[in-house]
Amino acid sequence: MSETRYTKDHEYIRVEGDVGIVGITDFAQGQLGDVVFVELPQAGKVVAKGAEAAVVESVKAASEVYAPVSGEVVDVNGAIEGQPGLVNEDPAGKGWFLKIKIKDKAELSELMDEAAYQAFVSSCS
Amino acid sequence: MVPFAGYDMPVQYPDGILTEHLHTRSQAGLFDVSHMGQAFLSGANVIARFETLVPGDVASLGQGRIRYTQLLNAEGGILDDMMVTRLSDDRLFLVVNAACKHQDFAHIARALPDLKLDILDTRALIALQGPLASSVLSQLLPGVELMPFMSAKNFMHNGVELYISRSGYTGEDGYEISVPEHQAESFAQTLLADARVKWIGLGARDSLRLEAGLCLYGHDIDTTTTPIEGDLIWSISKRRRAEGGFPGAALVQKHIAEGAPRKRVGLALDGKAPAREGAEIADSTGAIVGRVTSGGFAPSLQKPIAMGYVDVAHAALGTELNLIVRGKPLPARVVAFPFVPTRYFRGP
Repeated sequence: MSETRYTKDHEYIRVEGDVGIVGITDFAQGQLGDVVFVELPQAGKVVAKGAEAAVVESVKAASEVYAPVSGEVVDVNGAIEGQPGLVNEDPAGKGWFLKIKIKDKAELSELMDEAAYQAFVSSCS
Repeated sequence: MVPFAGYDMPVQYPDGILTEHLHTRSQAGLFDVSHMGQAFLSGANVIARFETLVPGDVASLGQGRIRYTQLLNAEGGILDDMMVTRLSDDRLFLVVNAACKHQDFAHIARALPDLKLDILDTRALIALQGPLASSVLSQLLPGVELMPFMSAKNFMHNGVELYISRSGYTGEDGYEISVPEHQAESFAQTLLADARVKWIGLGARDSLRLEAGLCLYGHDIDTTTTPIEGDLIWSISKRRRAEGGFPGAALVQKHIAEGAPRKRVGLALDGKAPAREGAEIADSTGAIVGRVTSGGFAPSLQKPIAMGYVDVAHAALGTELNLIVRGKPLPARVVAFPFVPTRYFRGP
């Protein structure tokens, strides 16, 4: 059973056990437009909640991807380095960015659930 | 939609910048550039008088021919870049950038009080750009296909007079069409009825002009850059280089004779990460030698490109430099403009 939480910066974290899969939401990829470059951290990097974890660049602009929670990066999605368009095509699936071993699950409760995030997105557009 | 020079402008249409860009390179893109300023300047000696404001050679233009030039300030800095069409011996048609138009027209009216400046604020301007632009437009307006690049002609369409220029800012063949504002939408819809034509937003307009090596005013050129620093010497004829007679001529002529201290150059990046406006440019020792003024991903090349100013010692083609992005040096080389070959129509 997995649960997905969202940040106000439009990252998602899908929690599977102790690990969270992090990417950007469909709304975020739509706002960014065609993604042409991603910069991923090294596995093993320790990130704090809210710190820059990756970079995503579209034709329009560069944006940071922030860690939704604190923890250690245990895996990154090398496929999106070669095919950045996957972030547009399948942001919640093949377009994921990195996996974090979650340090403190209590941090998840500070993030939005699906319903809260959808309400937040409606207020953005 | 984003605010741009006081207008709400679409950055992209639903297809997105990449698709729009490649569509323009392969078929025909339609751009609403009505925010740009259009005016007639007329009166006795208009050509000689206008040449006192710009370094471009208007006197040598044939009737109905267009020149790219720049309005300069007293220090040779660029107030705006623009297109000027010689309609007759006593009448010019001017097209200037949206963000500068009010100050440009005020400047021209102040400097040339003996001439008549008619600002065309009730005409829209739409651009049709791409290798199929001529085929599309000639179906509606037979004869446009014969116009050479940088020429202008008036055509009637459904009782409406259109001022058509074979020109543009994408590096492709194409047209800019001045149409009365009330007919603009229906004319655009007529063009869009052709399946080869699609709307293109500001985002792709920017990536197209960047690939063509063309300057975006306020970014790649401004009041602090002379046309020589801006690598626009090609837009100043031999006669005007020698005679001067435009604002800041002394400094511009000095830059021509001795070389400018810095120059706008094209930069091809080796890697995949783009460098954008504001990125510092370093030499192999790490010393900062310049700054990126435009940069991004080039959809036609599938790699990042940039342009920026560097000290003249680092401006030679092939010079290896580093563009500093997020604290990291990205290797790049100085390359010639344009990044993508232009495909202007030189004549039938």
